[in-house]
Amino acid sequence: MTEPQRVRVTGPPRRRPAAVRRVDVDEDTRLGEVYLGSLMRAQLSIALRTLAVLFLGVGSLPLLFWLAPGLVRTAPFGVPLPWLLLGVLVYPFLFLLGRWYLRGAERNEASYADLLKSDDGAP
Amino acid sequence: MTLESAPAIVAVTLVTLATLTIGTWGLRFSRTTSDFYVASRSVRPGLNASAIGGEYLSAASFLGVAGLVFTSGAEMLWYPIGWTAGYLVLLTLVAAPLRRSGAYTLPDFAEERLASTGVRRLCSLLVVSIGWLYLLPQLQGAGLTLELVAGAPRWVGPVLVGMVVLVSVFSGGMRSITFVQAFQYWLKLTALLVPVGVLVAVWGADGAPRATDLSQAWSLPMGTDTSTGLYATYSLIAATFLGTMGLPHVGVRFYTNPDGRAARRTTLVVLALLGVFYLLPPILGLLGRVYAATPASADTLVLELPRLMVPGWAGDALTGLVCAGAFAAFLSTSSGLAIAVSGVLSQDVVVPLLRRRDSRFGGVAAFRIASLVAVIVPVIGALLTPSVGVARGVALAFALAAATFCPLLLLGIWWRRLTAYGAATGLVTGLVTTGSAVVFTISGSRTGTWADVALTQPALWAVPLSFAVMIAVSLATATHVPAHTTRLLVRLHSPEPVTEPAVPSMKTALQER
Repeated sequence: MTEPQRVRVTGPPRRRPAAVRRVDVDEDTRLGEVYLGSLMRAQLSIALRTLAVLFLGVGSLPLLFWLAPGLVRTAPFGVPLPWLLLGVLVYPFLFLLGRWYLRGAERNEASYADLLKSDDGAP
Repeated sequence: MTLESAPAIVAVTLVTLATLTIGTWGLRFSRTTSDFYVASRSVRPGLNASAIGGEYLSAASFLGVAGLVFTSGAEMLWYPIGWTAGYLVLLTLVAAPLRRSGAYTLPDFAEERLASTGVRRLCSLLVVSIGWLYLLPQLQGAGLTLELVAGAPRWVGPVLVGMVVLVSVFSGGMRSITFVQAFQYWLKLTALLVPVGVLVAVWGADGAPRATDLSQAWSLPMGTDTSTGLYATYSLIAATFLGTMGLPHVGVRFYTNPDGRAARRTTLVVLALLGVFYLLPPILGLLGRVYAATPASADTLVLELPRLMVPGWAGDALTGLVCAGAFAAFLSTSSGLAIAVSGVLSQDVVVPLLRRRDSRFGGVAAFRIASLVAVIVPVIGALLTPSVGVARGVALAFALAAATFCPLLLLGIWWRRLTAYGAATGLVTGLVTTGSAVVFTISGSRTGTWADVALTQPALWAVPLSFAVMIAVSLATATHVPAHTTRLLVRLHSPEPVTEPAVPSMKTALQER
């Protein structure tokens, strides 16, 4: 960056040089790649964590019942376990997992926006 | 026509009239080409989620699941689970970036991401194939339903559904379809919730009898306890979890969200709506077992059970209600698919043809011509091909989508080094592998050997293969990574408040298109 001009400071900056930083991100600059890289990594990480929970929680069930077929006969609350898990409990599980992901993803985006904003605020 | 079929005919007529009325009412709001395609991108999450639910819950969900649970047991619960969990995968990896890409359709996305008209044409071909493959069982289900409840010949169902869809699409496009679809989600939920409530009450009044033959095998969540059963279950999981994002009528609805955040919120509401709905069909499957129903086919259990359990006019009324729901399912999914297929056909076939002939017809006329083709071809197909069962037929469309659009979307959104060559070879691989599996399954003989199971449930090997080909060829053609990749990925992943006021980025985006 070139040397900033000397200015007399009389108060907080009124006009932010907003567009400058955004243009940087949109062009193939190194800074843009770094910003994008960090956001993409954060978003991908929370997505993969969500999917890992999905796989462990739901995807493991066929294997579980294949390894221990006796579980079919257990019936908590009078409902056989496969029906309770696969017919009922799986749906609230999916919804709560989705909500957990949504919050994480929006938090990532908020901190990305903050990052750009704080960068804009710099002289 | 007998007196017995009267409630069903009344119900089907009412649903048809309601669909057409709401569709025509929507016409008053629908003026521009953008309205026709994607409702001018202004639909709120609640309404949009109802519409997605209404569009997505097809005959396979409404009739197929209960019937399959009835015949094959807990193994079949994986269908509704996969159809719901597919939206969770979509939510985490695709929803917001796909909306932010700003493209109308999946081929638009492919072209924008890879700057290749070849990949675009390939995607158009895939959208039309998947759409028609998905439409076939819907239309055949309609024929079966009308034959059973109204004694109509088999061809009446497909032709009637085709005509209503055409009128609806002709008159209002996507905007009116949004209202129609949202209405149909709630109609379908009611049409299943009320009968389930009444039938469960009847079952309770009978002293809550247990099914006579609730064997262990029937409760086992895999087909058989052999390794082929385990393979088939996981393959179904792969097809449904990964295929949802690639269904043409699912993708197209995401462009109607105002922004990426809304796209995510919409998807979460969809998870809730689907979860509530899918609690119901298995109950009907279980009740069918208890009352030892012997339906004409697995797909008609839902239609026959009310009369079997409740005698007299009450049973007739419930049958009428269930019929209305089933018909709403045929209409809504078929119109969603017709819209998606018409959108692609009009952009890639009709508009170029008209332009070459210097026609004065505009975009809306092209869309209407395309919708005519998009509906008539599968109607003829439904009349000529044998039925493989609604849910199983739909599962094939999911497998095709999982082996083609899933790798394209995931790598296109998350991997900077994807090239047009990689995408094209991967898409062709998926089309050839799952396409031959479809032909094999429809052609029919079952042997139960490993080769047979692997071909009727291809997703578990075909999807990784497509991914591998796409990645390997992209790495081999690394010099062809499109120059605008980083700029485009910024747009896909940046939350809107950051990029929206940035006028320069909008300008470059417009110049690129």
